[in-house]
Amino acid sequence: MDSANIDQIIEKHRGKPGDLIHVLMEIQHQNHWLPRDVLHQVAAALDIPFSRVLRIATLYKTFSLTPKGRNEVQVCTGISCHLRGANKLLDAVQRVTGIKPGETDANWRYSVDTGSCLGSCSIGPEIIVNGTHHARMTPAKVEDVLKDYQ
Amino acid sequence: MTRLESAAELEHFRAGIVAARDPAKPCIAVCAGAACHGLDSARVAQAFRTEVGKLGRDAGLEVRVTGCHGYCEKGPNVVVGPDDVCYFEVKPEDAPEIVASTLKKAVVERLVYAHPDTGERAVHMGEVPFYKHQTRLLIGDNVRIDPMRIDDYLALGGYAALAKALFQMTPDQVLDEVKKANLRGRGGGGFPAGQKWETAKNAPGKDKYVIVNAHEGEPGAFMDRALFTGNPHKVLEGLIIGAYAIGSHRGFIYTRHDSPQLIRHIEQALAQAEEYGLLGENILGSGFDFRVEVHFDVGIFVSGESSALMRSIEGLPPEPRPKYIRTSVAGIWNRPSNLNNVETWANVPQIISRGAEWYAGIGTAGSKGTKLVSLSGNVVNSGVVEVPMGTPLRKIVYDIGGGIPGGKAAKAVHFGGPMGGSIPANLIDAPLDFDELAKLGAPIGAGGLLVMDEDTDMVDVARYFLEFLTNESCGKCVPCREGMRQTLKVLTNITKGKGRDGDIARLEDLNDVTGAACLCALGRTASDPLKSMLRYFKDEYETQIARGSEGKGGKAAGSAAT
Repeated sequence: MDSANIDQIIEKHRGKPGDLIHVLMEIQHQNHWLPRDVLHQVAAALDIPFSRVLRIATLYKTFSLTPKGRNEVQVCTGISCHLRGANKLLDAVQRVTGIKPGETDANWRYSVDTGSCLGSCSIGPEIIVNGTHHARMTPAKVEDVLKDYQ
Repeated sequence: MTRLESAAELEHFRAGIVAARDPAKPCIAVCAGAACHGLDSARVAQAFRTEVGKLGRDAGLEVRVTGCHGYCEKGPNVVVGPDDVCYFEVKPEDAPEIVASTLKKAVVERLVYAHPDTGERAVHMGEVPFYKHQTRLLIGDNVRIDPMRIDDYLALGGYAALAKALFQMTPDQVLDEVKKANLRGRGGGGFPAGQKWETAKNAPGKDKYVIVNAHEGEPGAFMDRALFTGNPHKVLEGLIIGAYAIGSHRGFIYTRHDSPQLIRHIEQALAQAEEYGLLGENILGSGFDFRVEVHFDVGIFVSGESSALMRSIEGLPPEPRPKYIRTSVAGIWNRPSNLNNVETWANVPQIISRGAEWYAGIGTAGSKGTKLVSLSGNVVNSGVVEVPMGTPLRKIVYDIGGGIPGGKAAKAVHFGGPMGGSIPANLIDAPLDFDELAKLGAPIGAGGLLVMDEDTDMVDVARYFLEFLTNESCGKCVPCREGMRQTLKVLTNITKGKGRDGDIARLEDLNDVTGAACLCALGRTASDPLKSMLRYFKDEYETQIARGSEGKGGKAAGSAAT
């Protein structure tokens, strides 16, 4: 993500209430993580102490301070999916990818995360890869689904 | 489109929309709610568009992509108007057959509802058991509305309540109407909305704010998203009426960042309402100004708590504050800020247009109107349900929900997510009522109803909810941060077969402290699921602890249903 792009995002939100959160959210959506130099740029542009930018960036769970893999795998662990076997699904995802929630593998192929209730309880348990839902999953189907994401 | 400058212009414009539409023309409504979307309903919609496109301009039927229909379990859902023929689990390759049959006024028998036991078919929405027992005042319009088109909402009488409030009622009369209707907050507390509005209205200060809480972070709750995504103008109309009553000129919508469809619909609704002169300066020529901005939760549960939410809008970390002074007196930037949940606001237009008396005629003595319920867990038909207050839970779980899958028995129903409670299956005749359910220890909360079958391990469920909240606590106050962690430790040990004698007393002790000393509702009610389980399922806890104390180890399975 280049610095002009980031300036553009900053200008779009400058002066609004909570502009810092809006700016960080948009950068996160586009870039999938918040590099340190970007946070410095945001702090300087909005005239906010870097420590406050870091506080917001580390408190809200959506913000990632580490890079993500090419494919973001999310396992829903909401209560309904939990009752329908999300734990076993998560085990299978960990086995196939070799990483735990919050981690990214060495080849930058996958990042795995858990998400609590994505609002589509009727089709759980599910995993969401790069925004695409894979509904009514079973542990056995995990390998088949993930192999298509290179 | 020019701005509408008066109530008469609105009615004239509405009449134009209605006149241009042929009520007998078939309309294929494809659901794009969260679950159907997850089942790839976008491809289904595309298939219908292609098929209808082939027929040319005078196709004689139209395709509409709508919000959630409700019956999420059997998605992707398709409803064909004007007779509301319901098709379930529709695949893209079914589109040609449905289009051809619709043109011949026939029904595709293989795609309609068939009762799982008797095989009896139900073709129309009013006959399908899932819909038949509901009263769909709020969510029912979803089938008829493309959320991206304000004209669809206007065609159904949208914004007539706003015009009525602005031109035929004073702000005090609007407030009185909401108070008389006894509308109670749908977000969790059940606090009377009119009373809250009055506090904000009478609070000192010129600048006042109104807020839609569309955070909905509770696991197992998805009805607000279904309503707001599917019919954003209904919520917006309620908000503008509320702002008029309170004397506010600035509103905020606080919602989730991770639902692109919802955000798109809200932004489109705001833009279209402004274009039509229903929002912004001099609304409908009445002299009343009101603007709305959208803010986002970026992934923390506690920011759904009112005072934390307001900090988040200010751009600060979402930490709650003690509420000796209510947020309706000192909220965003310490100005009076009236916050209501999505569903609460959505109830306002119908109270204004049909009157408090009509509204108060629905429901029970203390709980009026209908309630949206997200039905999920071990239940045959999960989805979004709307029933009058006072409906027995049995009706929701069995008549609408179709009972428990796999021929199993129900063990408990849980209301209110991680801050709610469970009641055993033998109390399932209890009515859906704020006060009755709170007495039983399962407060309605936002309306997430979770059904649990006989195999459910109740210790694990309490542990699950507590783990969720432990991760979501903001950490500002010690009783919440440390109390939950210690409770979670004890519970985790029990589920691992490492329970010890005295664990129940330890849990009760911890519950007493967190329940009394935490700063906000998240901490104070975090122990509620556990309290309800110790009330109804204590023997299950004792059995699992006993296994630990005997040193047998291993994860104990749940005991038989009580």
